[in-house]
Amino acid sequence: MKNELARDVERVVLFLDVNGERRDLLLPVHKTLLEVLREDMQLTGTKHGCELGECGTCTVLIDGRPELSCLLLPVQLQGRAITTIEGMAHGAELHPLQTAFAELGAAQCGYCTPGILLSARSLLESNAKPSRDEIREALAGNLCRCTGYTKIIEAIELAAGRMK
Amino acid sequence: MRDRPHPPLRGDLPGERGGENLKVVGRPLPRVDAAAKVTGRAMYADDLLPARTLHCRILRSPHPHARILSIDTSAARRIPGVVAVITGSDLPIKFGILPVTQDERALEHEKVRYVGDPIAAVAATDEEIAAAACDAIAVEYEVLEPVMSINAALGVPKDERIQDYGGPNNVHKFVALEFGEVEGVFERADHVREDVFFFQGNTHLPMEQHSAVATYIDGKVTLWSSTQVVHYVHRALAKVLELPMHRIRVIGAAHGGGFGGKTDPFAHEIIVAKLAMMTGRPVKCTLTREEVFYAHRGRHPVLMWVRTGVTRDGQITAMHFRTALDGGAYGSYGVASTFYTGALQTVTYDIPAYRFEGCRVFTNKPPCGPKRGHGTPQPRFALELHLEKIAHDLGIDPVELKRRNFVKPDTRTVNWLRVTSCGLEECTEKVMVASRFRERKKQAGHGMGFAISSYLSGAGTAIYWNDMPHSEVQIKVDRGGVTAYCGAMDIGQGSDSVLATIVAEELGLQPADVRLVTADTDTTPIDLGSYSSRVTFMAGNAALEAARKMRALLVEAVEAGGHRFEDVTFEEASILAEARFGTLATAGSYTPPKIAGPYKGSGVGPSPAYSYSACVVDLDADARTGLITVNKVWIAHDVGRAINPLLVEGQVEGSVYMGLGEALMEEQAFRKGLHKWPSMLEYKSPTFLDMPEVETFIVETIDPEGPYGAKEAGQGPLLPVPPAVCAALHDALGVWIDEIPVTPEKVVEALRRKEKGEPARYGPSAFPSIPYPPTIKVEPPPKDPSATAASI
Repeated sequence: MKNELARDVERVVLFLDVNGERRDLLLPVHKTLLEVLREDMQLTGTKHGCELGECGTCTVLIDGRPELSCLLLPVQLQGRAITTIEGMAHGAELHPLQTAFAELGAAQCGYCTPGILLSARSLLESNAKPSRDEIREALAGNLCRCTGYTKIIEAIELAAGRMK
Repeated sequence: MRDRPHPPLRGDLPGERGGENLKVVGRPLPRVDAAAKVTGRAMYADDLLPARTLHCRILRSPHPHARILSIDTSAARRIPGVVAVITGSDLPIKFGILPVTQDERALEHEKVRYVGDPIAAVAATDEEIAAAACDAIAVEYEVLEPVMSINAALGVPKDERIQDYGGPNNVHKFVALEFGEVEGVFERADHVREDVFFFQGNTHLPMEQHSAVATYIDGKVTLWSSTQVVHYVHRALAKVLELPMHRIRVIGAAHGGGFGGKTDPFAHEIIVAKLAMMTGRPVKCTLTREEVFYAHRGRHPVLMWVRTGVTRDGQITAMHFRTALDGGAYGSYGVASTFYTGALQTVTYDIPAYRFEGCRVFTNKPPCGPKRGHGTPQPRFALELHLEKIAHDLGIDPVELKRRNFVKPDTRTVNWLRVTSCGLEECTEKVMVASRFRERKKQAGHGMGFAISSYLSGAGTAIYWNDMPHSEVQIKVDRGGVTAYCGAMDIGQGSDSVLATIVAEELGLQPADVRLVTADTDTTPIDLGSYSSRVTFMAGNAALEAARKMRALLVEAVEAGGHRFEDVTFEEASILAEARFGTLATAGSYTPPKIAGPYKGSGVGPSPAYSYSACVVDLDADARTGLITVNKVWIAHDVGRAINPLLVEGQVEGSVYMGLGEALMEEQAFRKGLHKWPSMLEYKSPTFLDMPEVETFIVETIDPEGPYGAKEAGQGPLLPVPPAVCAALHDALGVWIDEIPVTPEKVVEALRRKEKGEPARYGPSAFPSIPYPPTIKVEPPPKDPSATAASI
């Protein structure tokens, strides 16, 4: 029966580096990083829009690169640096992207915002002064239904200008 | 002593034409919840996990239309970890958003009407167990012939009707109204034109899947939900759970996007409350993305026929508009949607005689309901293109023809709608000049198109008939701090920021200084929620009244102490006032004026104020592939007054985006009873790469009744985008696409027909024969613009 399959699962002990903190976990091997972040670590800043790799909402950074946490298994990620939205600010000091998003109204409902901020951070770390087309290309995998993207692009440009 | 200047006290009436010396109103300040949203700390419904929470999954129908013969849950109940299983017999009472269509059950045990209709629900210790238990429920069906189109619904059903009300056949609702006499006018018109249009259905696709968490403690249900309207959920829970309202508390969690899709009370909200009552534990249900497509309540597919008579110089003399709405399986807001497909044509164009016939049918699809623009983007698309074609017939510039027919401020339409402030002319001029529309060069493959629109600043009548206010605000001041309480739900549009800004303006503070408690039926006074673009206007006016009363108390106490209000800080003023009066609490409310016309059905359409928009779309279209690239959109929006221009721009840009998605790609389509693409990958929506540059102009007409003159911003600017795209496409390639969405296949097909010498268009060929009832004739209002329904 399916329920027995669901219960009788292989579990693994894992050490994950999340936002610079080492976390020790005992997890079913099939549990996605998205589920582990939200359910086992209470890092609910990472959101989900489809859980099928379609919308970009659950984006986190793995060694600085944007990845979809709904498609990743923690067993793949030992020794890798995982960054979530909770790890974006330095203590109480917001990342310049976060400040720019707040100032320019780049977040409306805010649900896609964590994933977009992390994708944008990765972009600015590899390209300090991206063109509008480069911003669009880098963020094409992150859907937003509220903003029409315009203010997000403006906020990324504002942050890039300030980070120089 | 003073640290912040106070604004001068400006009269007592909400909506007074103020404007001078505004300190925070009109400033592009960050939203009050910006920090929570950019740090991931805003708590959405699915982020909540009370201790011992059980997880709920819902078993849904795999058939579009079937009778349920039996449901066997015994195997599911035996699964370890399963705590409760419920079926329709546990929740038999029907509910629905409109009092006239109480046709839904949280769980259906007699009959299912679309793929996705809920049948049973399981609460288990984790979600996987709950899902496995749903799989273990055995349901025996008698499969019925599904009804999947407007034409099929109009015909005699093969097996049986979808609902047991309405009719004939699967007709849900008819409307037939005539304002003035159209037939004689058509005969006398210089030119009469008829067109048929189709607007395909599409869905809201909020980024957040619907989610609800319920607890049951001390005999009271508490529900946190991603709803747009805590009050309507509250009412539905009370009815279905058979509990008095005071034993239910509904709280709006941080909201991940609505667009109308979270305005109905939903099955999962009732189910988790019931399961929490049965198990004594918190229960949570978060819909999967596929389930969100089934929850739907999105844009109705609408087939439209329009006939208009005009004079030689393009003046409209009469219009006859027919609509047929594919409603899906349940009522939802559908009765209102049907009226809306005919109501607002007259709010942009002066139509001296107007006849409207509408019809909504039931089909075996997820129920349609209100999506951004509720029932009006479809007729707006048809009307704008129809007038464009009339202009071509007459050899008149389409912009000029439309302008000649614009409504004027402070008038009443033929269907009794009261127009106050109206910035149509100014909006049109802004986009004309900025886009250099008139100077554009004719060039194959490149085109520009123009369209206008209007939308409500809140519906003038409530969902259920009553004489009570539509919005209420309380303000508390103690020990130097101020808190505002209101039932309004911020769904991302920024209603919390609007409330804080208005209270701050009146009390001489910054928005961030105002604490807010919103969308909680236990602690906040009523607001009817975030739909019909009502919150800025209605909650805003309620906040203004409450804040001005509070300011008056502060002024009195300060002056009694021998000081001038302008010379003390807010904290000092509040201490003086609390010492003098005791508890400082004020309240304000807003009830829309009674302006509906004297006829049945006049409750849909009236609004205390209408916003206006004008839009120009510039695009390239490839005649070989049919691919359209939108280069730029110029849009001007008459918002009355921008309480926060940053948030207004955000609403306008977001509307343009959603309008482009509907115009070019979004489509809720079905094959053999199944949704063709219930996923975010296959249901195409615009990405960063698809979105053109948008240049936004805010036009301020200072509405006489809006708070500081403000009107709506969140819906109206979507409406002109689809017709402007089609007008631009005609400008580029010389073909009409009379059907939304405008896909490359349709463009190529229209070009092929043009080459063969057939009519250069793609769209529906005919409007079906519909047995509309006899038309109700309504005398138009008298020409005197100051006349009101009450005074006649």
